[in-house]
Amino acid sequence: MKKSVFLGVVAATTMVAGAASAQATLEAVKARGELICGSNTGLTGFGAPDASGNWTGFDVDLCRALAAAIFGDATKVRFVPTTGETRFTALQSGEVDVLIRNSTWTYSRDTELALDFVAVNYYDGQGFMVKSDLGVSSAKELDGATVCIQTGTTTELNLADFFKQNNISYQPVTVADDSEAQRQYLAGACDAYTTDASGLAASRATMPDAANHIILPEIISKEPLGPVVRHGDNNWGDIVRWTYYALLIAEEKGITKANVEEVATSTADEEVKRLLGLSGDMGVKIGLDNAAFKNAIAAVGNYGEVFAANIGEGTAINLARGLNALWTQGGLQYAPPLR
Amino acid sequence: MAVASDVPKESFRLSMLIYDTRYRSVTIQVFVLILFALFLAWLLNNTANNLATRGKEFNFGFLWQRAGYDIGQALIPYTNDSTHFRALLVGLINTLVVAIIGCVLATVIGVVVGVLRLSKNWLVAGLMTVYVEMFRNVPLLLWILLSYVILSETTPQPRDFRVTDEMAAAGEAPAASMILWDSVAVTNRGTNIPSPLFDRGLGSADLGFMSVNLTTLAYILVIAGSVWVNRRILASARAQQEATGDRPVTWWKSILVLFGPVIALSVALGLHLEIPELRGFNFQGGILVAHSFTALVIALALYTAAFIAEIVRAGILAISRGQSEAAFALGLRPGRTMNLIILPQALRVIIPPLISQYLNLTKNTSLGIAVSYLDLRGTLGGITLNQTGRELECMLLMMLIYLTISLIISALMNFYNSTVQIKAR
Repeated sequence: MKKSVFLGVVAATTMVAGAASAQATLEAVKARGELICGSNTGLTGFGAPDASGNWTGFDVDLCRALAAAIFGDATKVRFVPTTGETRFTALQSGEVDVLIRNSTWTYSRDTELALDFVAVNYYDGQGFMVKSDLGVSSAKELDGATVCIQTGTTTELNLADFFKQNNISYQPVTVADDSEAQRQYLAGACDAYTTDASGLAASRATMPDAANHIILPEIISKEPLGPVVRHGDNNWGDIVRWTYYALLIAEEKGITKANVEEVATSTADEEVKRLLGLSGDMGVKIGLDNAAFKNAIAAVGNYGEVFAANIGEGTAINLARGLNALWTQGGLQYAPPLR
Repeated sequence: MAVASDVPKESFRLSMLIYDTRYRSVTIQVFVLILFALFLAWLLNNTANNLATRGKEFNFGFLWQRAGYDIGQALIPYTNDSTHFRALLVGLINTLVVAIIGCVLATVIGVVVGVLRLSKNWLVAGLMTVYVEMFRNVPLLLWILLSYVILSETTPQPRDFRVTDEMAAAGEAPAASMILWDSVAVTNRGTNIPSPLFDRGLGSADLGFMSVNLTTLAYILVIAGSVWVNRRILASARAQQEATGDRPVTWWKSILVLFGPVIALSVALGLHLEIPELRGFNFQGGILVAHSFTALVIALALYTAAFIAEIVRAGILAISRGQSEAAFALGLRPGRTMNLIILPQALRVIIPPLISQYLNLTKNTSLGIAVSYLDLRGTLGGITLNQTGRELECMLLMMLIYLTISLIISALMNFYNSTVQIKAR
């Protein structure tokens, strides 16, 4: 009798605790006073600590924007490096609040892993990098090659499919993260390194002899990369999603880090007014301040600025906007109306 | 004489459970057992609740889905169309191969080093002490990484073996060349060794759940038969020696019986070696022994051998000096004294701690993840776990498999131990 009562109490507590953790990420973040963002272990341009330990990058800036939206202070964020293997477990177990780490949105991750991909901040595809003196100009010429591949990623499965479809063989070398893959590739332990094309460009930028490496023209998969949250806390998902869209809308409306204050005082555009918290109580509806999106834009700039500062043409990584241009400029980046 | 009257019957009171020493220990045990059961129940309940909260269910159905990834070293047929279960088997076999080769190597090295450490030669004993202390006191992971880096950074790339037309015209030699009469190529990816090929192989028989390679089976049968016949020959020679005092000459019979049938079978099946050859990016043909495998085996063997050496030394020192002095008095040379007198007795002391070393080595194979060796931890606990997101199932299954392997090893070694113990008659 006593035992069953005790068990019942235990069960009830754990269920309450479980339900609470699923519903109240925002409260937990606010109570903690900082956002914990799952980041890459180090991919230049997307998420990597610099020489003095400050995290910088395209994904990192989205974390900062989120921190600015929640706290009005972009520095209230802590970055937890995660590998391809550990990232989803870290998110599921609540070790991180949000995972912004070049993670591909797939069906099974969305359903079986019980995660929610709230947006796509970078449309990517898987490519191959080889040394230019290898004399290869197409991935289909890689028959019999040794290929370095990061484990725990979608690229592992795409690679197997690509070689099977083209009826050619390869020898996989499975590595844990980007830096190990680079070491093996540069040492010649593998002929080709495959990962998302953006990741290849970022890796190449850090190589001492970047000009001697080419990225092959084949893009063998669709890799929509985006921020991920746990299933079940829809309000938290909305916060992450709309903070990201706010940066997109800002680019669409020509609002930048520099002119956001000035636009706020002078604008007559109703959507811009709603975005900057001047009308409509948009922030309050998701549990934040009305100035949340304005703070986010003021902290990191709009989507175009974030892109240009971290990975765009002119940086070492030198990626064109391509698919990631705004829909008005022929790309896929499209924010629903803020209304 | 009348038996003393019974102890006066006290009526049982609840407080006796604590204050009466007859009941106290039972009370405590029952109490602890209940606490433990509650803890287990809480653990299971908590797990079930958390799984339910995340919308995950506990089932092993994923093992029969398509794996979709490739494995570099697969000793049984495996493609990315195989199931996760097949990938598990490939990983398990990779684990066992490293464990078995590692245990054998570690034992050989360990025994030699342990004996040499007791050598009267100061230099030999000193060198062995340095070896033991170095390997015992640096973490195994570092040894694995070190041997991997040495293997992969000091060896040439496959393309260095290539002879281009211009080089042939100029009479230049390539930057690297194959060793052992051009049959083995050591590149920075692995060691390419020749593989046996059969012109008239026996194929394989499909037993439904697995296929058996008949050629391998034929070799195993022939070798087992040869060994058995050889033992009969030696036994009859011994019997004749006991009866007449005269030992017949057996060496040519043994050689004939041991090697004749195998050679005949090889000729019949058309055995020849396939020499690896540089084609395209890599050496093709032959067998590729990846450096991850070599590095793991070397590091595990050397590391565990250091411990085994100490166990062997302790075992030898445990045999009283009287034994070796008696052997010397009989005129036995030191080498024979060691082999015939000391080591057989020392085995009794050596075997039990040796079992734990074998278990350690087997479990330590999971460190192969550091050099991307796809063992059980790399397939089931690595890629399968990641691609399916079934952490709990994969981890439990992996623990169960390692536990089973370890229990089998201990059972075998305990059996061996019981055969070398002093028989009480």
